[in-house]
Amino acid sequence: MLTSADLGTLLLTFKVASIATALMLLFGTPLAWWLARTRSAWKGIINAIVALPLVLPPTVLGFYLLVLMGPAGVIGKFTSWLGLGTLPFTFSGLVVASVLYSMPFVVQPLQAAFTTIGEQPLEAAATLRASPLDTFFSVVVPLVKPGFLTAAILGFTHTVGEFGVVLMVGGNIPDKTRVVSVQIYNHVEALEYSEAHGLAGSLLLFSFTILLVLYTVLKTQPVAHQLK
Amino acid sequence: MTQPITARFQLDYGAFQLAVDLCLPGSGVTVLFGHSGSGKTTLLRCIAGLQRAPQGFLEINGCCWQDNERDIFLPTHKRALGYVFQEANLFPHLTVAGNLQFGLKRIAKPSGAADLPHILELMGIDHLLKRKPDCLSGGERQRVAIARALTLNPEVLLMDEPLASLDFKRKQEILPFLSRLHRELNIPVLYVTHSQQEVAQLADHLVILAEGRALASGPLSETQSRLDVPLAQDRDAATVWPATIASHEDDYHLTHVAFTGGTLSLPMVDAEIGKPLRVQIYARDVSIVLEAPAATSILNVLPGIITGLADDHGGRTVVRLQVGNQALLAHITQKSALLLNLQIGMEVYVQIKGTSILN
Repeated sequence: MLTSADLGTLLLTFKVASIATALMLLFGTPLAWWLARTRSAWKGIINAIVALPLVLPPTVLGFYLLVLMGPAGVIGKFTSWLGLGTLPFTFSGLVVASVLYSMPFVVQPLQAAFTTIGEQPLEAAATLRASPLDTFFSVVVPLVKPGFLTAAILGFTHTVGEFGVVLMVGGNIPDKTRVVSVQIYNHVEALEYSEAHGLAGSLLLFSFTILLVLYTVLKTQPVAHQLK
Repeated sequence: MTQPITARFQLDYGAFQLAVDLCLPGSGVTVLFGHSGSGKTTLLRCIAGLQRAPQGFLEINGCCWQDNERDIFLPTHKRALGYVFQEANLFPHLTVAGNLQFGLKRIAKPSGAADLPHILELMGIDHLLKRKPDCLSGGERQRVAIARALTLNPEVLLMDEPLASLDFKRKQEILPFLSRLHRELNIPVLYVTHSQQEVAQLADHLVILAEGRALASGPLSETQSRLDVPLAQDRDAATVWPATIASHEDDYHLTHVAFTGGTLSLPMVDAEIGKPLRVQIYARDVSIVLEAPAATSILNVLPGIITGLADDHGGRTVVRLQVGNQALLAHITQKSALLLNLQIGMEVYVQIKGTSILN
């Protein structure tokens, strides 16, 4: 039912989403930790910037990224100077855009989880000779494990589903930047409804299974609650 | 006598200011006593480094933990202390054993970990090791928390109202463990409380705090009986004397106990001769006579010297006396004080109508 081209887009999509999720956890964790604990005046601004992709039309975000990463943009000039060329219409560009687009889905559940555990376990760990870094890995991480899981799953699934940003910065290049959501659009445009059904059905099944595992087996809080 | 703990802190939160300058003994239990808002917990947190006073100096057994003049501030995890929080604050993701191991794993081995089996026995928690904190009662949780702090073999044990979140029954369950700790371990303890009962039961040294200042600091009975702090005026004002059991008089169901400077007769105490105990004497149970009474039903009549007098402007006079080496408080009526013409320096006799034994 799925053609090899369809399978290629599925594979590419999961590759983008996996790398983007790893990067989001890497950068999002310290950011969420800082946001959960700081009293800095910058907190409001940083919070607003992180949450921006939640409300911004993806095409707007994609448009600015295209401009910034292009040959005349700040990021584009920087990557050219590094000898990496420019990012739009490349796999790397897709990953960078995905990270920025899905970041709030990783940062916000983590930030909420970090805020919930409060000061007390950290103080107890400090009085038991654990340095702040030690405390983070031996106390904070185990206590907010569900938060990490929620963040990773939301970041991953949200990246899998992106369309507008991909189209703006990645285009529609087979095996390079053509992801599932774009491929479904292609099928529908070409009136290939049965192929579209195959891909769309796979994604539906995938998303539902993940959420089912999240809510039943792992018994985490509903997403909406965590995002508050 | 050298004072191994020196603590000077100043901080200003606008509505609340802390300004203390204390020298505290390096052994026994020092109770930091005060009402809520007196700054006792803030002081303890400054000593632990959980809070940073902008102006501060702290030295424990010759180790400097904070000195803003030399720009020294040791972070909490580098201070050789044990801390017991008001809520036990155990790690919920670890078992009791895991909680006890947490600190043990992190201390430098040569400095010597504490004797874990002894601590388990002392706190009576051997049978709880495999449980998670949410399967423990409040009292058990707090005992594990105390044991966890002791595993580090700390230079000083800091306890922030460890009994405040427990009900009366649980308090009674833990107090004997604290008394044992006090007798069997040679670690100085700084103990924060607002309970006079805990002061009487545990303190060797007493610091009275109010509005961020230390009103008094000194040995227990001396500080309890100071006329310039509100404690002596309290309706339940009392002095606590350390004593040891001297002899039993079985025929009359009496026990004689010795304190520095004399003996007291108490209703029979079921304990061996030589065992230490604390005797609490309420100021309202003490009366004063000018000469040794020839015939009285009161057994405990002791000579003493008046060292202080204060009227409370409510018809009552608070008398401070020296009996042997111990300070004693008596609450009498202002009229009696006038009729007896009591003066500082007078030699009198005190009649002690009742006593209570602590631990």
